[in-house]
Amino acid sequence: MNKDLTREICELIRITSTDLPEPVEKRLRSALAREVPGSAAHEALRTILENVDLARRNSIPVCQDTGVPVFYVRFPFTMNMVDIERQIRDAVALATRESYLRPNAVDPLTGTNSGNNLGDDHFPSIHYKQVESDELTIDLILKGGGCENVGVQYTLPDERLKAGRDLEGVRKAALDAVFQAQGQGCAPGFLGVTIGGDRETSYAVSKEVFLRDLNDQSPDINLSILEEQITSEANMLGIGPMGFGGKSTILETKIKAIHRLPACYFVTISYMCWAYRRRRMTVVGDIVHYE
Amino acid sequence: MQIELHTPIADEDVLRLHVGDTVILTGIIVTGRDAAHQWLYKKFCDPAGDPSSEEKVISEELKSYLHRGVIYHCGPVVSGVDTRQYRILAAGPTTSIREELYQADIMRLFNIKGVIGKGGMGQNTLEYCQKSPAVYFHAVGGAAVLIARSVKEVLGVYKLEWGVPEAMWVFRVEQLPVIVTMDAFGTSLHEQIRAASKKALDHLIGTNV
Repeated sequence: MNKDLTREICELIRITSTDLPEPVEKRLRSALAREVPGSAAHEALRTILENVDLARRNSIPVCQDTGVPVFYVRFPFTMNMVDIERQIRDAVALATRESYLRPNAVDPLTGTNSGNNLGDDHFPSIHYKQVESDELTIDLILKGGGCENVGVQYTLPDERLKAGRDLEGVRKAALDAVFQAQGQGCAPGFLGVTIGGDRETSYAVSKEVFLRDLNDQSPDINLSILEEQITSEANMLGIGPMGFGGKSTILETKIKAIHRLPACYFVTISYMCWAYRRRRMTVVGDIVHYE
Repeated sequence: MQIELHTPIADEDVLRLHVGDTVILTGIIVTGRDAAHQWLYKKFCDPAGDPSSEEKVISEELKSYLHRGVIYHCGPVVSGVDTRQYRILAAGPTTSIREELYQADIMRLFNIKGVIGKGGMGQNTLEYCQKSPAVYFHAVGGAAVLIARSVKEVLGVYKLEWGVPEAMWVFRVEQLPVIVTMDAFGTSLHEQIRAASKKALDHLIGTNV
């Protein structure tokens, strides 16, 4: 029996909810520098950064919508998955009691909120992978419902967009998604894009790419060029922070291509709001490390 | 322009507001989002509503806060729910467009003069704002801790059985900063941005969709 990690996982949730990662904050600061002082866009970003600072100093959720907690667990074969799942669920309930999470699990048929963020098997969302290592790593993403609502899946070819089954078609779909979202996804945001897959994996991977280092680029040269192009063209739309108009609409685009079926060519876009809450804990023996 | 505003809000105050103005709001606001709008509409706007006497009491109490008042699209993080020692920790706006179907009717029901939310609303609400007159205020999405600090007191809560986010919380706020993005003169910043970004999109993807 391994050490019980409920408290430590609760701490992961606390940090994720209250302490925005430094690279994200840095992007928001550069966005602020690009906007015209006195404009609504500048004011919105200034407010956002003040809020980020206040949340961190007072250990309060950076946004009231703490989303669906999405966990990515890589566990060594010496560890029992059933134990980890129980500890994650206990930690989620504990973090809700301690007000690091808003109770968000709602029964769609009765409208009843479970009050502790524990729904059925899918709430919280937990992804597992067993690894040949002594290390347990748990990544957590908190993604609010506003930006979840503007996520979208295109099936290429798309006649309306004149988007074919190629990277040019992917570009058109991504820009259309940003246009459709306007300010509703809490811009300036981040795009996670999957090319290919079936419907299910395409959505899952479009969120997984948010685990990538914010500063990395796709190892595929064509995709890394496209990532930059989509970000820069999305910013030409002028939607701006909160949809107030301005230069910063999308701060980063990450694309992953996965094998598709001959008949299907999905382009799936997940939109992450400015409150890009993501943290990792690593456990080796008794040592727990957060980043 | 920066304007101080207190609830209840007079029509002449609404008519002083234009898209782009920053408003510093003080007074009473009531949170209401998806469940609240649907419930209020079904019970009190739909002729087939038939509210119970208990529901009528809730509606009358809400009216005392919302008459010439402000509704806020928000599902806060609240501590002390078990002991009823409510403390609002985080209280940013939620996306308003989901209430478009009901908003104008709910505003008419209570004579609401202001809606606070994010992302803006559609044609029905804009037309009601012109007729009433009333306005839509935009709060900064996710600025949850900052906004919570303007909440000085929780005066009550209705329908807590819907869960903390969907319940209708009555807040006394001081110096809550918001921006007018839809005014009583038929101007919507959201429409303007959508039209301009549509033009840019057509140029970038070479279509006229």
